[in-house]
Order: sequence, then structure tokens, then C-alpha cells
Amino acid sequence: MKIACLSGKGGAGKTFAAVNLAAVAGECCYVDCDVEEPNGRLFLKPEGLETHPVSTLLPEFDAALCTGCKKCVDFCRFHALVYVKGKPIVFSEVCHSCGGCSLVCPAGAVREEPRTVGLLELGRHGDITVITGVLNPGEASGTPLIREAVKQSRGLSILDCPPGSSCPVMESAMDADYCLLVAEPTAFGLHNFRMVYELSSLLGKKCGVLINKQDAPYEPLECFCREEGLPVLERIPFDMEAAECIAAGEIAAEKLPRYRELFTRLLSKIGGGA
Amino acid sequence: MKIAIPLDEDRLSVCPVLARAPYFLFSTQGKESIEENPAAQAQGGAGMQAAQFLVDGDVDILITPRCGENAAEVFKAAGIEIFKSANKAAADDLAAYGEGKLEVLSHFHGGFQGIR
Repeated sequence: MKIACLSGKGGAGKTFAAVNLAAVAGECCYVDCDVEEPNGRLFLKPEGLETHPVSTLLPEFDAALCTGCKKCVDFCRFHALVYVKGKPIVFSEVCHSCGGCSLVCPAGAVREEPRTVGLLELGRHGDITVITGVLNPGEASGTPLIREAVKQSRGLSILDCPPGSSCPVMESAMDADYCLLVAEPTAFGLHNFRMVYELSSLLGKKCGVLINKQDAPYEPLECFCREEGLPVLERIPFDMEAAECIAAGEIAAEKLPRYRELFTRLLSKIGGGA
Repeated sequence: MKIAIPLDEDRLSVCPVLARAPYFLFSTQGKESIEENPAAQAQGGAGMQAAQFLVDGDVDILITPRCGENAAEVFKAAGIEIFKSANKAAADDLAAYGEGKLEVLSHFHGGFQGIR
């Protein structure tokens, strides 16, 4: 079973939720799909690290074979190719590595060469297999790396998704069996929460809500969940002790019994625990 | 020598954007023509698509208020010179270029779209 932790807004508590769920799950995988700034490893401190480079394909063009038909340029819907002075030039940050240019070329002038975009880091924290995608600085798209990271997961897996609700989030949550929506009870939190809920619904995912950092119920969020029939599985109060735990790079469920209980309950409500 | 200028909806004023300008004005030895920009409605990568259109049109000189980095790279590879528009009306820019009054455009913005 794959459980995706999403929130829309950054800083709502995706990593907090994902790391703590993993900590109470026993044998499981924690997958950090937030490849632009993977933070789960700050808490899980994985040991026995191995790393593997991840690459995408980038087309190269042989000017000697190119006939100038521009079929590749016309095919590329992202307009990553421009034909200038005898051969196409490619804009690597716009290319989506679909391979279409190589397929449509009648002259066999396109060769696809691997280009490293980041690395996968695999390690252990007790019973947890920690899989972290680390995107190279300056890379425009983390989706190929996210795909590889999710592919490595086995059995019960907690997917710590990136913020927002765009392509990288969709790539992370696409294969999930359950979407845990971490909500921050503020106007900004609700705005982005609705966007990520819309995405999860579009993907046909079963969803549940974890409200984090709640001092008092935020009525518009309560109202939205009621109207959509979205179950609020757990509520985490605004808690200095949890904040201190996080600031010290510690896992609340390993330090504070009430968090171990809360996340164990949450996992069993989602259907991933004993 | 062929000169191109991005044109606004009124087909007279210089368009403040390059890649999504609705039209281009082309001027070859005093002969002018206006053509629709095929990149105007592009979802992404409009800069490269517009640049391809100008390269295919054998343009030598581009006069524009602004230009993105990617398009600039294409123009450089194609040997197209870029000058900064200094007038509201495209006709005035053409005249100013003829009198050698336009400056070379040296600042290229990072682009607004194209990555998705």
C-alpha cells in the first residue's frame, strides 16, 4: 500500500506526518518525493547509504545526417527544438525527454544521450527503508527522479510529496492508494488544500485529512470537509513540544508517547497498520 | 536585408512582448508586409517558436522592446542582430534604425513560460 502525504501549501506538515507515520509503521518504506529540498532524511538520518545517479534522455542531432525536414521541430509540443543553420538545437530545460523527435526523424539523425539530473539515496532507519530523491541544483524538472524514487518502494510505503499541486505532485501521488491531505487551519492553508484535494479527486484517490497546528477549529476548513464528505482523521494541536522535537531533528513519535499513539491511530484509520 | 518588428493588435504599434505578439512587421529594402505570429497562442515555448518563425523568414535584424534568453540564444546562433525599440510606432523604429539611432539590445529576461 502506498500512502501519499500532500498539502498544497508548504510548511503544513507533510514531512512531519510522513516521517512519523513511517516511524510507527514498523517495516515500511519512506520515500522523499520532495526532490528539490528533501528533508525527511534530516529526521530519519538513514544509515548504510547507497547512491545511484538518475538520468533522463536528451536528443543530440547529427548535422551530417539531418536533411532539414524539421519534422522533429514541428512534432515537439513543448517547442524545445529550433532549427538553425543546418541542424536543430535543443533547449534542455524545456525538453521533456519524450523521445518523439527521434521517432519522427526519417534520416536517423537523432540520438538520445543520457543526462544526469540527480541521484537516489537509499538507506535504513531501523525497520524503515529510506528512499530520497535529490535533484541537482538548477534542474528545471524533478519528475523523472520522483518516478524512479517511487519505483524503488516496496510494501507499505509513505510518499512524502512536494508542495503545490502541479506536475511533480501529480507524479508523486499518481500510484498512491491513499492521499493523506495535511491541512493547516488558515485561509492560505485552505486555499492550497482545496487545490490539492481537487487534484487527488481528479486522480480518483481515496482521501482523508490530518489537521495540523490547530489552536482552534478553522470554520471554513471544517465546513469544506463536511460538504465534501472528507473525513478528518486526526487533529494535531499547536504544540511547543512537537516544535522543539522538530527543531532538534527528532521524530515526535519516537520521543513522545502521545504522538506514537496518534500516528498509530492515524495509520490504522487509513488502513495501513495493525 | 530584412528587418522584423513585433506588432500589436492595431498593426501599427510595437508590441511590448516579442514571443506572443499577434503580428510581425517585415521590412525588406523599404517594402513592408505584416504576417501573423504562429507562436502568439502557444501554450509554452512561445519564445522558441517565434524565434523559429523569424529564422525561417531569413530575418537579419530584429527590433524589439524585450527578448527572452532562449530566443536570444537562437538569434545569436542564426546571426540575427537585435536592437532595442525606442518608439511607440513601428514605422518610427524603422526610421530610427535607418538613421542609426537604435541601441543594440543587451539585456535578456529569463522568460515567463516555456517550462512546465
